[in-house]
Amino acid sequence: MATMDYVSTTNACKLCKPLGACLAFRGIEGAVPMLHGSQGCATYMRRYIISHFREPMDIASSSLGEKHAVFGGGPNLKQGLKNLITKFGAGMIGVASTCLTETIGDDVPMIIREFRKEMEAEGGPGLPALVSVSTPSYSGTHMEGFHSAVRAVVDQLCTPDSVGEELAGKFVNLLPGFLSPADLRHLKEIVEDFGLGWVMLPDISETLDGPALEDYEKIPAGGTPISAIKGMGQGAATLEFGHTLEGGPTAGRILFERFGVPLHQSGVPIGLRETDAFFQALEKFSGRATPKKHELERGRLVDSYVDGHKYLFGKRAVVYGEEDLVIGLTAFLAEIGVKPVLCASGGRSGKMSSCIERVTAGLLETVPRVEEGADFQKIEDLCEGLAPDLLVGHSKGYRLSKKLGAPLVRVGFPIHDRFGGQRVLHAGYRGAQMLFDSLVNAILEKTQEESPIGYGYM
Amino acid sequence: MVANKTNPATEIDSVDPNELKAELVAKYPTKVGRKRAKQIVINRVDECGEVPEMGANARTIPGIITQRGCSYAGCKGVVLGPTRDIINLTHGPIGCGFYSWLTRRNQTRPDGPEDANFMTYCFSTDLQDEDIVFGGEKKLRQAIRELYENFKPKAIGIFSTCPVGLIGDDVHAVAREMKEELGINIFGFSCEGYKGVSQSAGHHIANNGLFNHVVGLDNTPKEGKFKINLLGEYNIGGDAFEIERILEEAGITLVTTFSGNSTYDKFANSHMADLNTVMCHRSINYVAEMMEKKYGIPWIKVNFIGAASTAKTLRKIANYFEDEELIERVEKTIAEEMVEVEKVRLEVKSRCEGKTAMLFVGGSRAHHYQDLFAEIGMKTVAAGYEFAHRDDYEGRTVLPNIKVDADSRNIEELHVEPDPERYSPRKSEEALERLKAKGFRFKDYDGMMPEMESGTLIVDDISQYESEKLIEKYKPDIFCAGIKEKYAIQKKGVPMKQLHSYDSGGPYAGFKGAINFWREIDRMVNSKVWSYLKAPWQESPELTATYAWE
Repeated sequence: MATMDYVSTTNACKLCKPLGACLAFRGIEGAVPMLHGSQGCATYMRRYIISHFREPMDIASSSLGEKHAVFGGGPNLKQGLKNLITKFGAGMIGVASTCLTETIGDDVPMIIREFRKEMEAEGGPGLPALVSVSTPSYSGTHMEGFHSAVRAVVDQLCTPDSVGEELAGKFVNLLPGFLSPADLRHLKEIVEDFGLGWVMLPDISETLDGPALEDYEKIPAGGTPISAIKGMGQGAATLEFGHTLEGGPTAGRILFERFGVPLHQSGVPIGLRETDAFFQALEKFSGRATPKKHELERGRLVDSYVDGHKYLFGKRAVVYGEEDLVIGLTAFLAEIGVKPVLCASGGRSGKMSSCIERVTAGLLETVPRVEEGADFQKIEDLCEGLAPDLLVGHSKGYRLSKKLGAPLVRVGFPIHDRFGGQRVLHAGYRGAQMLFDSLVNAILEKTQEESPIGYGYM
Repeated sequence: MVANKTNPATEIDSVDPNELKAELVAKYPTKVGRKRAKQIVINRVDECGEVPEMGANARTIPGIITQRGCSYAGCKGVVLGPTRDIINLTHGPIGCGFYSWLTRRNQTRPDGPEDANFMTYCFSTDLQDEDIVFGGEKKLRQAIRELYENFKPKAIGIFSTCPVGLIGDDVHAVAREMKEELGINIFGFSCEGYKGVSQSAGHHIANNGLFNHVVGLDNTPKEGKFKINLLGEYNIGGDAFEIERILEEAGITLVTTFSGNSTYDKFANSHMADLNTVMCHRSINYVAEMMEKKYGIPWIKVNFIGAASTAKTLRKIANYFEDEELIERVEKTIAEEMVEVEKVRLEVKSRCEGKTAMLFVGGSRAHHYQDLFAEIGMKTVAAGYEFAHRDDYEGRTVLPNIKVDADSRNIEELHVEPDPERYSPRKSEEALERLKAKGFRFKDYDGMMPEMESGTLIVDDISQYESEKLIEKYKPDIFCAGIKEKYAIQKKGVPMKQLHSYDSGGPYAGFKGAINFWREIDRMVNSKVWSYLKAPWQESPELTATYAWE
């Protein structure tokens, strides 16, 4: 099929880099994310993250104006840090740069070093951890921002001379990437069921999905404790999710190179086969067999695959979103008999095609069309002739779903036209079960809606 | 802090605003505290209606969690966003365009399937590394050509984000060039996020752009006897639809709204109206002023938020036209509409009277919505704007005394002359005098403070920490702001209503809007949900202990 290659982007399928960094920083205990740039960035990203999670999300800003854009933003950044420390009692501040400060060339690590010196000279109280990450939004997507922030945290806090918390017993480092709070809670449960301790970085399971409170906490409870991050060098292994990260300069790579922590990189455990791989790794690191509870969960999942096959078999799906999420979802769709016809992402790792080929090996007759750097215009153009039966992705695909008359099963981020986006479970056997049920029901609902009779027994 | 509060009246009286202010300011470093002290003011209305000076439109202090946005947000997001058939092309990296993609919940109603509607789209040049290094103009040109090819729009607006100004892309030159090449209207906005102190700068930039490039392009006389424009109304949650309904009922012709449910053609024809009515003074007064100078169209301040305010506004418009038939029809409309309005108002009032509200939002909403609360007997104990100027607080009489700082000076002030052919005063000097003698006031806005009680607390650009303190002290029954504050406020056990994007509700303007709003507030302030916070065994541990012992 012939489609135009556009220079312009129409209806993007990616968000910007600093947003990912803010999300990652939010998963650290006591941390406040801060953006060095114009205050609009902080406001826009806050409102966007909040609309998905329906939780408070503070992001501070150095609030640069025209004058600072000309003369440099150092003084504003220092003043901002100081206010944040005194006003907020932040346990850590994660500073991410923006297009403004990257374009004018502010050297954030240097400004922070100066700030430390100035504060020491003032003789004030000890400073919280300060971590900086470079996130110009004119390259990469929110996912590069997310992973860069995780790497920066490990790189800057987990150094050979840092003294971490002594974790009792054997523990693994979990670097899950950007999953839902429900996913993170489930992953921790699984690891614990293997009798393993864990340090999960970042951990937004409570900080972005907290309980109703009587008294609001400025900085929400939860998140990875800083002392635990400092101790990650002692982990028995690091489990890092995301096929596109394999071989790259990741946080897990730093832990391996600096401390010799064995690095196990795998896909995001979505669907049966990718979750099997995760469980096998846990069996290896814990020396225990998969607990009965999870064996049963797996068994029920396979049972439902059999029961629901008649509804899903041969259906054609378009999958879009973050690259590693799309890879995981495609692996899942292929194993349940759905035909992924297009796998698209706004990201450009250059690795999506080969990863998808690998995770669908032996399941598909033809490798689906894979499109990196796609926007929804491109996805729409490509859909012509593909006749998809359903879409799997975030809320931004709604227009296309409406146009095609194909139901949209909402997963990932952002979900702002449905309730409970933060509780969508994708990972593990349980996540696969929920995805599977949602897909079958989306197809059933469409069949029912399209019938003029109104059959209530399907 | 949980619901089930004691009588709110006694609580407010027990708060000493002077003490509270001192406490708020004391927490800051000295220099910051001094600055905030000017923006935290205890209201005092003297017998001439004079109020204290408000420190507004000042730069935000870094590191304080502000709710303010940027110039781009004000320009592209607020003013131009609600127009359906202009392609809004964001020139910059992807974030800015993505975050302003339909997020304000502006609604629109195309005339038919053929009527262009780009509101569900998000267009961006998505600048990359190499564009930042070598310049983005080439990419911008190509993007404009593509959008023209694909959508054949009547007009394209280009919106600059931070890096654009820094790398020196000339969006205005590209706009001129492409306008020539493609033969459609194309115009640029230098609304880089670092300009000005808040989104307010972007409003001004948007006003200038619309006035320079669109208003006045189509001189076709519009049918209708009483023709008005509605300025500063953005059709959030369908507000404009309700206002349109009422105006039609009353026999008033709406040429265009700036910019709720608007189109390019309506803007181009807007100078054919005979009266400009201004809702949000902050975001749009510039266009009103410029249209008066160039075309001779007078402007008046109106308010369609609140049933009584809506009635008052309709009467004001009718009085301007000095037409008996119109005055009669307006009265008839009001009488008909008020039947249902009064029924609901009294019912809701019986459950809400005496409760308290706080409003920290916008450049006009924190003022307008007080009317809606007052009508159901709820008192506003503290309020403030996010990005307003002194005149929005103290009234336009302070305009000559406002010091222009460097940030405001950077935003262009257009010099406007009467149009040699099209300037035509809609009212004769004599008619103006006659109206003024009857108490009719043109281009006048009293601001928020004169209409609030003495002793209430006014806070400009409120920070997260300050709102928390205020809630602790005043224990309001409802807090109104935006989505950024929403969940933090609710975690303090206080219901929170979004007045930027209305949660998922609306319309709240006009008569039907008032009913919607009251029902919503009734539901929120009388909700039982906060009583579930504690589990039974937490509620009365002694009971559980008894069971255990038994």
